Amino acid sequence: MEHLEFFPQRASSIASTIDDIYFVWLGLSAIVALAIGALIVFFIIKYRKGSSSPQPAPDDPAHERAMHRIEITWTLIPLAIFLAMFAWSTRAYYESVTVPPDAMPIYVVGKQWMWHIEHPGGQREINELHVPLGRTIELVMTSQDVIHSFSIPGFRVKQDVLPGRYTTLWFKTTRAGDFRWFCTQYCGTAHSQMIGRVVVMDANDYSSWLVATQTPGSMAELGAASFRQFGCSGCHSPNATVHAPRLEGLFGTTVQLQDGRTVVADERFIRDSVFLPNKNVPQSYQPIMPSFRGQIDEQQMLEIIEYIKSLQSVSQGVTQ
Amino acid sequence: MSSVSLGHQENYLAADFRLWSWLTTLDHKRIAILYTVSITLLFFIGGSAAALIRLDLLTPHSELVSIETYNKLFTMHGVIMVWFFLIPSIPATLGNFLVPLMIGARDLAFPRLNLLSWYLYVIGALFAIESLIAGGVDTGWTFYTPFSTLFSNTHVFAAVTGVFIAGFSSILTGLNFIVTIHEMRAPGLTWFRLPLFIWAMYATSLILVLATPVLAMTLVLVTVEHLFRIGVFDPALGGDPLLFQHLFWFYSHPAVYIMIVPAMGVASEIIGCFARNRIFGYRFMAYAMLAIAAFGFLVWGHHMFVSGQSAYAGTVFSLLTFLVSVPSAIKVFNWTATLYKGRISLEAPMLYALGFVGLFTIGGLTGLFLASLGLDVQLHDTYFVVAHFHYIMVGGAVMAFFGGIHFWWPKITGRMYSDRWARIAAIVTFIGFNLTFFPQFIVGYLGMPRRYPEYPPEFQIWNVLSSSGAIVLAFGYVLPLFYLFWSLRHGPRAPSNPWNAKGLEWQTSSPPLPENFLRTPVVTEEPYAYATQRSSDG
Amino acid sequence: MASAAPPLAPQFDDVEQQRDASKLGIWIFLATEILFFGVLFAAYAITRVNHPAAFAAGSRLTDVSLASINTAVLLTSSLTMALGVHAAQSGTPRATVGWLAATVALGTAFLVVKAMEYRVDYIEHLVPTVNFFYPGPQSGQVELFFYLYFVVTGVHALHVFIGVAVISVIAYMAWNNTFSPEYFTPVDLTGLYWHLVDIIWLFVYPLLYLISRS
Repeated sequence: MEHLEFFPQRASSIASTIDDIYFVWLGLSAIVALAIGALIVFFIIKYRKGSSSPQPAPDDPAHERAMHRIEITWTLIPLAIFLAMFAWSTRAYYESVTVPPDAMPIYVVGKQWMWHIEHPGGQREINELHVPLGRTIELVMTSQDVIHSFSIPGFRVKQDVLPGRYTTLWFKTTRAGDFRWFCTQYCGTAHSQMIGRVVVMDANDYSSWLVATQTPGSMAELGAASFRQFGCSGCHSPNATVHAPRLEGLFGTTVQLQDGRTVVADERFIRDSVFLPNKNVPQSYQPIMPSFRGQIDEQQMLEIIEYIKSLQSVSQGVTQ
Repeated sequence: MSSVSLGHQENYLAADFRLWSWLTTLDHKRIAILYTVSITLLFFIGGSAAALIRLDLLTPHSELVSIETYNKLFTMHGVIMVWFFLIPSIPATLGNFLVPLMIGARDLAFPRLNLLSWYLYVIGALFAIESLIAGGVDTGWTFYTPFSTLFSNTHVFAAVTGVFIAGFSSILTGLNFIVTIHEMRAPGLTWFRLPLFIWAMYATSLILVLATPVLAMTLVLVTVEHLFRIGVFDPALGGDPLLFQHLFWFYSHPAVYIMIVPAMGVASEIIGCFARNRIFGYRFMAYAMLAIAAFGFLVWGHHMFVSGQSAYAGTVFSLLTFLVSVPSAIKVFNWTATLYKGRISLEAPMLYALGFVGLFTIGGLTGLFLASLGLDVQLHDTYFVVAHFHYIMVGGAVMAFFGGIHFWWPKITGRMYSDRWARIAAIVTFIGFNLTFFPQFIVGYLGMPRRYPEYPPEFQIWNVLSSSGAIVLAFGYVLPLFYLFWSLRHGPRAPSNPWNAKGLEWQTSSPPLPENFLRTPVVTEEPYAYATQRSSDG
Repeated sequence: MASAAPPLAPQFDDVEQQRDASKLGIWIFLATEILFFGVLFAAYAITRVNHPAAFAAGSRLTDVSLASINTAVLLTSSLTMALGVHAAQSGTPRATVGWLAATVALGTAFLVVKAMEYRVDYIEHLVPTVNFFYPGPQSGQVELFFYLYFVVTGVHALHVFIGVAVISVIAYMAWNNTFSPEYFTPVDLTGLYWHLVDIIWLFVYPLLYLISRS
């Protein structure tokens, strides 16, 4: 590298906000650290033993009160600064974790020691992620084994990837190029080799890439095939003799459960219903669904979820 | 325990030279020495791991050691340095030695529990060393599940058992200090006449007794899950790996205050003495340490902002983390203000103490970066965090520990060491420390993750700078071994009060008698009455 | 038959200081025990909230009659312990020995009943990783319930066992006329420990055996 980098490139919509917070803290810290350092050095010199320094401060109540006021002052000023920075950085955080509604999902399965990526159109990648410039992307992620973490320093995003549930992160890219991504939760021997490359492409290049890497089926189509293969359609269909919930239009709605709780039918809900079916039994249904643990792997599960997402409610139109 | 015989003139070191007398001693001063020897040994084991880590990181590929070995090195470095060096360090060495002396007592409340605590520490350390010799552990000192319970095939059981046993050593020390400070103060020694070191030991002990049991039981759950392959941290059965993180950090965050609050106490003693001034804002200083101990139990989730914890929880933990930073800031301002209108000399202990203030300030300020939710997403699990906690634990706690060793060395050993060499060591350590860890802030923001034996080539320059600094730092740590040991044989004999310091420990001989004082002292003056002394001296 | 002046350890100035120190010490120790068990209760509560149906099923499979007997046994033992402390304080060594022996007997009975309970669990295939079997998709979570059940009751039983051993030693000391109205601190401290062990059981019993049973 010819030039020395101190800060990563800014390649996402939130990068400048995060950097601003960083620079403000940097500035404040530099001022405070230098001030303290300078004061200490100044006092050491001015009040060194042997110099004609004045008598120590008096011990009377007026002096005590003045010192007390000083203490309160340098308690309240830092507190005020901290609260201001807290408010600013919390707002930035909420922005960074609230997925915008128009986000395009891409699915990630992490395992020791590689990353599987699956696009809704069915394109698959390993340790590489191609995205179109300027689109809002949501990564829906899970781990097949231990806790990993997905981090793209150039986008200022990071999220731990857990087994047994889904976590998400989102970003909107602002420049094209290649950006490093790292696993940032220690996960065993080859943790440092579990790295990848995000390739941000302009719209045309991305379309070409999608075509070039096309697979026989989109995720939803693959999910539909699994749905039949594993027998889900045996119960979850209009002709079934078993009383099982209909899944059309289910995704994203709220569900009343037997034990009184109300939950949102999100990715985790679908997944738990398949692997831990007695956890979220809907009202007026019996806990008779079997568990598919060990039969369906994480990628198939995500494809099934994509399929279920695509199921419009019956009244809305033709089911895909 | 020797009988209280007035006129018994031998000091506690000379009272009995047999090894057996040392291994069965009930004298808190001897137990302090036993601890000092053990933790020094463990410090150099943990430090060797660090040296290998920094050497391996000179190149982007792991060329010195395999990546498996690297993972074991950073794990053992963390386990040893946290539990077998930093947590016991100041409390079990300086605390054990000084608490009775500073309050005018003959010993701690429970001398036999004190000796037991040392044996538990040693047994725990032996388990940890066994895990090292048998092939090491590769889970990281944080033992995150499900990796540590269900995936790692290294010697998790031995390491976890070692930490578990050593935890009881901590609990007994804390229990002993709390009871001693409450019940055994000399006549006239009211709470607000206590030296800040005693306040520090008290606040630390509260954390020791309340937090450590949580670690103990969490480790039991990890061990059972590891051995029997079933447990509440396993998502396959419906368990929750995040539950482990909550339980672990509920202990481990207060644990970092166990490591820094004693250092704050040491710094106050040294700065007061060598500035010849009252500690500015004594009550605020005492309350601040209690506040840190209390609030320290409420912020553990700031280690988990990116873990999958809810945003709401993250918000609450972020706010509380900012609040707990305020007392630490007050303390830094107060130490600085103590220098104002003082009469300052820069003997080695003072250099260490001032180094502590500077490095703790930088470390603390960088903690604010990490407390900021939005920014922490970028910084979490990068070298920025590594730099932050090393500034506090090494630049802060270890420098203060060394300062304390140098300050009380004449009292403990009865010998003076070469102040010139000690000052050189302090300065070399300060410079080496900054060279080692400052570049890590930069490479962390660039995105270099923690626990990586291999990294992209653009990070190499910062790693080379850091590793070069580590060589200087190592020199700074090894140097005191030479002149301190040399002083044991050849150093001039120390008077009772070589620094002309305030505090009851300086009112008795160097080294002290086995029973500490010929007559129980009676306290009539305020602590740190240096300024009064100067006024009357003219 | 009062004994000689109470022994004074050299680090203390007087017996009052020694007694105060011992009492504060035991209370701090009890605080550590509460935090120690607190972890188990937290883990149980959180896992239960996540899987209410499975844990209710697990509760129903526990042997509530044996556990209820044990609750009565332990509560009674706290009474006999308290009476033992009172007897020591009153300077009546024979009564002291009697009440402490009764406490030891009741504590031992607790452990025997617990062993019986574990045996029943074994017979009914409820021991995780050993022979656990539960039909249906909830099997994993019910196994988690029993994992917690064995850890919680096992750690508690270990504390009962330690208590029984310590009280036996104290009873032996009482037999040797070690205690008097001026010095009965070890009995007092042991009593406090025993009461804590009892109180912890009073949380374990409803949480594991009673909730959602019906």
